[in-house]
Amino acid sequence: MGAISGMVGARIKRREDPRLITGNASYTDDFKFVNMSYAHFLRSDYAHARIKNIDTSAAKKHPGVLAVLTGEDLKGKAGEMVAVPFGANCIIPPHSAITSDKVRYVGEIVAVVIADDRATARDASELINVEYEELPAVVDVEEAAKGLPVLVHDGIPNNIGATLEFGDAAKTKEAFANAEVIVEQRFNNQRLAPSPMEGRGCVAVWQKGEDALTLYTSTQIPHYTRTFLALTLSIPEHQVRVVAPEVGGGFGAKLNYYPEELVCAYAARKLGRPVKWSETRSESLASMIHGRGQIDYVRIAANKDGTILGIDITAYQDIGAYYQVLTACISALTGLMATGAYDIPAAYFKVYNVLTNKVSTDAYRGAGRPEATYFIERIVNLLANEIGMDQAEIRRKNFIAKDKFPFATPVGLTYDSGDYDIALDKALEMFDYANMQKMAADARAQGRYVGIGMSSYSEVCGMGPSKGMFTGGGWESATLRFEKTGKATVFSGASPHGQGQETSFAQMVATEFGLDYNDVIVKHGDTSNTSYGLGTYGSRGTAVGGAALSLAIETVKEKANKIAASMLEASEEDVVFDAGKYTVKGAAGGKSVTIQEVVFRAYVNPFDGIEPGLESTRFFEPGNFTFPFGTHICAIEVEADTGEVKFLKYVAVDDVGNQINPMLVEGQVHGGLAQGIAQALYEEIVYDSDGQLVTGTLMDYTVPNAVELPHFELGSTCTPSPVNPMGVKGVGEAGTIASTPCVVNALMDALINTGVKDIDMPLRPEKLWRVIHGK
Amino acid sequence: MKRTITLTVNGTTYTRDVEPRTLLVHFLREELALTGTHIGCDTSQCGACTVLLNGNSIKSCTAFAVQADGGEITTIEGLAEDGKLHPLQEGFWEEHGLQCGYCTPGMILSSEQLLQRNPDPSEEEIRKGIEGNLCRCTGYQNIVKAVQHAAKNSTAKA
Repeated sequence: MGAISGMVGARIKRREDPRLITGNASYTDDFKFVNMSYAHFLRSDYAHARIKNIDTSAAKKHPGVLAVLTGEDLKGKAGEMVAVPFGANCIIPPHSAITSDKVRYVGEIVAVVIADDRATARDASELINVEYEELPAVVDVEEAAKGLPVLVHDGIPNNIGATLEFGDAAKTKEAFANAEVIVEQRFNNQRLAPSPMEGRGCVAVWQKGEDALTLYTSTQIPHYTRTFLALTLSIPEHQVRVVAPEVGGGFGAKLNYYPEELVCAYAARKLGRPVKWSETRSESLASMIHGRGQIDYVRIAANKDGTILGIDITAYQDIGAYYQVLTACISALTGLMATGAYDIPAAYFKVYNVLTNKVSTDAYRGAGRPEATYFIERIVNLLANEIGMDQAEIRRKNFIAKDKFPFATPVGLTYDSGDYDIALDKALEMFDYANMQKMAADARAQGRYVGIGMSSYSEVCGMGPSKGMFTGGGWESATLRFEKTGKATVFSGASPHGQGQETSFAQMVATEFGLDYNDVIVKHGDTSNTSYGLGTYGSRGTAVGGAALSLAIETVKEKANKIAASMLEASEEDVVFDAGKYTVKGAAGGKSVTIQEVVFRAYVNPFDGIEPGLESTRFFEPGNFTFPFGTHICAIEVEADTGEVKFLKYVAVDDVGNQINPMLVEGQVHGGLAQGIAQALYEEIVYDSDGQLVTGTLMDYTVPNAVELPHFELGSTCTPSPVNPMGVKGVGEAGTIASTPCVVNALMDALINTGVKDIDMPLRPEKLWRVIHGK
Repeated sequence: MKRTITLTVNGTTYTRDVEPRTLLVHFLREELALTGTHIGCDTSQCGACTVLLNGNSIKSCTAFAVQADGGEITTIEGLAEDGKLHPLQEGFWEEHGLQCGYCTPGMILSSEQLLQRNPDPSEEEIRKGIEGNLCRCTGYQNIVKAVQHAAKNSTAKA
């Protein structure tokens, strides 16, 4: 694709918005079909218990109830849930959509009621009598890794599902032996609930006459879901259609195939009636996947001048009770990013994937990389404090130099591109670092608690090259079709859900063909009209999906050029295309044809020797991941009397390569920052020692509101990625990855005179107050 | 036992029989097919279900339909007039005040009440005014800008 020009790079307001701001968009729960029925799931109240008996007789007799299904009813009729294994000796325990022997987390499905309406289904579920024999719950992840108090699954010794290693243990040991300074710290990356504002939900419709299934579902991965439905319910894949309609946020939590989807599809086929399920928020907090849940023991070796020699990490990843689709792979992403933005000669990362009696962890915005960035950005600051070095200087000293890219890291990735100094410099300048440092020091001298924190990150996204993807595929598809009247339609295999590709992809096509932007529309999320696609996650929508579109644009252009040449009676090489018009080179004021005329000719009275029609479907296979980077800096004051936190400034400088629509890029950064800051300050999933979910509603789980988040100042630098034709990198996760350690570093700087080196997140007012007052 | 209620929604009067336990949000969505009002939580935290009842913003997941009997309700579907977007709708569009759009209808209706009470709010006042509505996508910054945009362009402003 050519240079960024025309509409590409412009702040075009979104194509998606008119339907969303008027209440005319259709989310999954908005679909209604004739003869519809409703599912309500009965879930376990126990973290760990044997099911002795389930009596559904009263529920079945309740008026309006169509069916009550338990695990026994699905045996032999539905396959196990899908999980991608990762790591040598990775053991994936059986995971049925509805359990029948034991429950292994609070919220696990025990039975489902299908009824004529929602309330009846819920009423009837209360008539189901389940007899449990309670078992000890496995809650603490480090205890669990010793097999204590019991095993979650028989056959998984010490509850360790897999042990993963990255880097070189011997070389790292040697680096530590030769180091002048060693700093170590345990970091707790707490469990989080992704919390998209729209929970999960689906509507399954069985078309009897065709033996076919349509599933409307709030998902990031419609094609994968189609494949999984086909495999687990033994329906030929071409008889399954999955539609991801308007999706109210995903953040990784909808990058999954859930038991509820399987059960609704099964029930719709069995009953011959559409079945709808819409989860409540309490159900969501208990049974939608969680993110993070990793404990990291980190040691860093350095010389007194700040040169980092090695890093060594032992980690415990809380898997939860079962593996969901990508559960086994998430901690690997931590290992792969364990050296961050730094040129560290020796590194070793070892993680135990540990089963517990909690809901599964899986991908949540950043997925494994925030954990890595958190521990390295925190420990670098502890090291800087130890040797009395400025936090900007220690970063600059250890950055991977810009002439070293592509850079092979000691943990197994090759970073595509980078110039970390320019982002740091820009952030320091925007932040007014020297003056802000003086301000903070002066404030602390007066007994106030003011601190400055920084985080310089590199992250891996644009997922990804198939050989490097856990799922065996990382490509994406796109179709560009010109309709007879000159309108263009894009069909993307990616499945955006708020990111804005209906706008940015239209910008790309409009620019390349000189079209009116309104003459291009973008379709996605329906497996019946898009080529197989892998979906939207891992900041891949544009970096991979957009790249596929750029290939389709190229192919269509080549053919259009051929048709134009025939129309102009010129040779192809002599045809020039500019601003939507084809002319002949050197023939000023001569004949010309418009792209619309070329399109019409492709369909009507086509030339001999040129295949009719004008469309192309292309698949883009990236040669590598992309590696955005940047530096965030913030200043925070802690109110001594209350422990309340006040942001004085937050500056984020991100390099995500070329930007198709900077307004959308900024929106992604804002949202990412919000979620990363939320981890630092507010959010935490809490299970008590019995495995009961304490944070089971939004009253207890603190998704921050507008008052609790600061104003952000954004900047960017541009180092185009060589991995895809557009030089883009992806921006969905950068803000989340960078902001968490930035905020915690600022707070620990504010508390530096207390001598406390680390506080487990979230750093809520009570914890800060206790540190300040020594209580 | 069902009860008969009469209420006006976006200028149209409806009379319906409802179960006393029917939530207002379910009534609007299921009975009147006004699906622009969304459900985001069960505990009145998220505000996705915000509508105006007799001019006051309420969370329609925490009100029974029978409580709205005789009332006048405005939902997101009733904001644009004669095909012309409301200044807040324009503001959200212009300033990229939404991504997935799920919280947007409730956010717009809360902002509407805010602007009625305070036509020229500061950033701090806007943040305070929408603290009962959660957004997971935008980090709120562009929502603040959207409300400022609407405040500037609102014809309702004295």
